[in-house]
Amino acid sequence: MEILQQLLSALPGSVSQGLIWGIMAIGVYVTYRILDVADLTVDGSFATGGAVAVVLILDGWNLWLAMLVAFVAGLIAGAITGLLHTLMGIPPILAGILTQLSLYSINLKIMGKANQSINVNKTELLVSLRWVKEFAFHNPIITVGIVLLLLIGVLYWFFGTEMGCSIRATGINQNMSRAQGINTSFNQVLGIMLSNGLVAFSGAFLAQYQGFADIKMGQGAIVIGLAAVIIGEALFGKIFKNFALRLLAVALGSIIYYIVIQAVITLGFDANLLKLLSATIVAVFLAIPYWKRQYAAKHVRRSKGGEKNA
Amino acid sequence: MLDIINVQKTFNPGTVNEKKALNGINLHLDDGDFVTVIGGNGAGKSTMLNMIAGVYPVDCGSIIVDGVDVTKLPEHKRAKYLGRVFQDPMTGTAADMQIEENLALAARRGQRRTLRSGITAKERKEYQELLKILDLGLENRLTAKVGLLSGGQRQALTLLMATLKKPKLLLLDEHTAALDPKTAKKVLDITEEIVAKDSLMTIMITHNMADAIRVGNRLIMMHEGRIVVDVKGEEKKKLTIEQLLQLFEASSGSQFTSDKVMLSK
Repeated sequence: MEILQQLLSALPGSVSQGLIWGIMAIGVYVTYRILDVADLTVDGSFATGGAVAVVLILDGWNLWLAMLVAFVAGLIAGAITGLLHTLMGIPPILAGILTQLSLYSINLKIMGKANQSINVNKTELLVSLRWVKEFAFHNPIITVGIVLLLLIGVLYWFFGTEMGCSIRATGINQNMSRAQGINTSFNQVLGIMLSNGLVAFSGAFLAQYQGFADIKMGQGAIVIGLAAVIIGEALFGKIFKNFALRLLAVALGSIIYYIVIQAVITLGFDANLLKLLSATIVAVFLAIPYWKRQYAAKHVRRSKGGEKNA
Repeated sequence: MLDIINVQKTFNPGTVNEKKALNGINLHLDDGDFVTVIGGNGAGKSTMLNMIAGVYPVDCGSIIVDGVDVTKLPEHKRAKYLGRVFQDPMTGTAADMQIEENLALAARRGQRRTLRSGITAKERKEYQELLKILDLGLENRLTAKVGLLSGGQRQALTLLMATLKKPKLLLLDEHTAALDPKTAKKVLDITEEIVAKDSLMTIMITHNMADAIRVGNRLIMMHEGRIVVDVKGEEKKKLTIEQLLQLFEASSGSQFTSDKVMLSK
């Protein structure tokens, strides 16, 4: 009973965190699912977003303007990865790792140190974990929730435009895309930029929420993003077919991820092992479709003939 | 008009795998020409189409489509002039997108992709009418994912996509080879219909000698990266498979050997 109470009392915090990371996970969805590229830049650009936002807010900038600059910083980080891949022929995963590593230095330079705190009592912020249980508009669940829905709306519109459709086509079939006159290199850069813009934007929210930006705040972010994408697809994939709903599923996946993590901690799981747990879950879920195919392949061989139609 | 002037291509130069794929190709096509291409494995048929499409750069020579020198243009820029259908039905379409989305992508070939809507209501109606012509029942499945279609349906759709925006030149790379005979015939019929309707300048690679002779107004045969036989007009109409093989032996100095081609004659 007591545990249940603890869980319930932690729920608003988990949901807030889940929503903030949901924006990040949608960024991962853009590269991982739409572009079919696993982009590791996000571990760096997430912290870049947080660092940029905190430094600018401390400097007295308008909060939303600071968020916008954080978004642009993410776009630039993504552009670097995209160009490393398309102009220099570096495989996307390695290109992402290179950018991520460089961002470590850049983030240190932005903040001037490894950790920059920002106190909600002294500075006005958009979101803070202090407000998670307040029944008010500035409750992070409401603020981030509205922003998240707006973002989903904008992305839904964008991926329905001529440009957005051509990015989707690039992710599905590059040969076909080029044959239809689509500049696949340009589209890849654009997609990776958009993804990292969203990731940095999410980092900017998280830094305010937790009251500090940290050089390590993006560590393992890609795994959390993937976990959210995978959980969302596993739970809602069958019912959510529409693109906007699929993005919503990713955000819900992120919320569920944080609720589960909170539950596991409340139940007394060693918090030091959390990253191991996350990575294991992601590995298993990534393996399931592969295992399914292997199982299906064996099944075909056993059945008779199996005529393949043209 | 298409002019291919002394195009050469060697893959993996300077290595043990060096392969001279094109050995100085010269070819001139007039508007409305429909050329069929046959030749054994490694004769350079697909390489020639890929050179025209810009999949790889040429070593030397030039390619001029409709008066525009495209030799140095990247693949996606040449697409403005070209319609392409590939051998593998998977290659020509985006499996995870809807039929209408695929068509809408093709309708914008050669245009800037803007922030306007990717597909309009007016287009949907047009596509429905166009798909009716194929007579494959696709007109009522506009929003179905292309991945759900059969190979023949995908090739027919790719053909429609390649010609939706009238290309200067249509490139068909053994586009019926992966289909069963009945479906292959159907797709070839659709091909002839579409090409005739807009009198499209077309190059079609095939491994079927009878088709190569029957279809189009010109036939070329390739061997070791060269065009060794070139038959046009009346002469082509009267051509038989035996004559074609004799022509090939006379000009290439070797027996025509390709199991795939021989078996399908």
